[in-house]
Amino acid sequence: MATTPEDLKYSKTHEWVRVEGSVVTIGITDHAQAELGDITYLDLPEPGRVLQYDGQFGEVESVKAVSELFSPVSGTVTEINSEIVDHTEVVNEDPFGNGWLIKVELSDPSELTQLMTAEDYLKFAEAGAH
Amino acid sequence: METLRLTPLHAVHNNLGARMVPFAGWQMPVMYTSILEEARAVRTSCGMFDISHMGRFYLEGPHALELLQRTTTNDVSSLAPGAAQYSLIANPDGGIIDDIIVYRISESKFLVVINASNSDKDIAWFKSHAMSGLEPQVVTSETVMIAVQGPHAIDVVSRALNSQEVRRIERFCFSNLSFETSGIKTVITACRTGYTGEDGLELIAPADVAESLWTILQQQGALPCGLGARDTLRIEAGYPLYGHEIDDNTSPVEALLMWAVSLTKGDFIGRDAIARLKAAKPSRKLLGLKSIQRMQPRQGYTLFSNGEKIGLITSGTFSPAHNLTLAMAYIDSKAATPGAVVQIQVRDKFVDAEIIPKKAMLQCAR
Repeated sequence: MATTPEDLKYSKTHEWVRVEGSVVTIGITDHAQAELGDITYLDLPEPGRVLQYDGQFGEVESVKAVSELFSPVSGTVTEINSEIVDHTEVVNEDPFGNGWLIKVELSDPSELTQLMTAEDYLKFAEAGAH
Repeated sequence: METLRLTPLHAVHNNLGARMVPFAGWQMPVMYTSILEEARAVRTSCGMFDISHMGRFYLEGPHALELLQRTTTNDVSSLAPGAAQYSLIANPDGGIIDDIIVYRISESKFLVVINASNSDKDIAWFKSHAMSGLEPQVVTSETVMIAVQGPHAIDVVSRALNSQEVRRIERFCFSNLSFETSGIKTVITACRTGYTGEDGLELIAPADVAESLWTILQQQGALPCGLGARDTLRIEAGYPLYGHEIDDNTSPVEALLMWAVSLTKGDFIGRDAIARLKAAKPSRKLLGLKSIQRMQPRQGYTLFSNGEKIGLITSGTFSPAHNLTLAMAYIDSKAATPGAVVQIQVRDKFVDAEIIPKKAMLQCAR
């Protein structure tokens, strides 16, 4: 069963957001990594890139499929997790921890209210699983 | 909606928590835990696959050899009883209807194993060319087929069947072995073939012993592997798959499968067309590609050299042993030079890859 930590916010495109002041950390959910299977390639944006809410910011590829990454917030990329680019399996193993993808400085914190709670996301993910 | 067929191991797959997908009209396990972990087990130890979806039928009678000589490309008369061969079914234009394995059981009895996706088409083809009284006896539903593959596969099967004879089966030969489980005594056909590039056996047994056979193989060290790992392994080994590298419009000449075609055995369907295509030299060839980039080439992606389009990807996979991607592609003959560096367009990026012979792919995956 996929885990969904309570302290995070979730998007309908299966990204999670950890809010720490004005900078948020973004990754993909346990449900998403399980659906993708073995992740083999990540295309992440350069620091400094400006992201739009729900805009594409990268790609995640597994043996079987390619999937686009959508930003759950608007803002500027401050950091990417360069450790995982050659160790993509970390995203499968620890999607909410060492498998984080990017950090973003928020330009519109009010957007966070549009994201789902863990409970709502779990229901959403289970409903969409079939 | 069409109802999906279930293999005799369906309940076992569900109990193991497999992810099931529809494939060629069957519900099949694509993976149990991880495609790459399962593929790694086959390269380093032993994995097993439920391949019961593959079509299986017997042909028996005084004209069985004649029918197979006419409908398949390899020379069936060169097969001794107890031996098997890779072969093709060609159409009159030299296109590939399917790739198959022909087993010679006796002078006048054969077993043919065909792709699940082509099963109905192939069987109709054989029936339409069969002499009177010769009818394919399809045993797909009443048997199970399990491929046990990897450097430890022979040991695993030998222990599971408590048989030393397993070790004496030579490559592309088969033997009937006895198997006894909870009071049922039965016979398993074990053929030293596979689709992974590793040593191993493909076992055919009556469906009612499927679960006990699978369980004992697992107890003896075979890791359950799904179709996802099977696809990665066959791509790494440079083996074609119908619908990717071969189909009714590709010829064995361009697919570099002429080793499975005997132009000297006498006439067969497609012979003249294949001989003509061979003499004319193919305009494109199926070759391998290797890249250190992680973006996977996938079917339909375009290949470029100096900005000019030179080919199309047929299959590709990430290969975990050395963090490479390996692929196969049809490449214009004038550009099909092993060692040449070309570019694969992967969505909006261009990825460098080196052309390599199909036979050189496997060593990159070990």
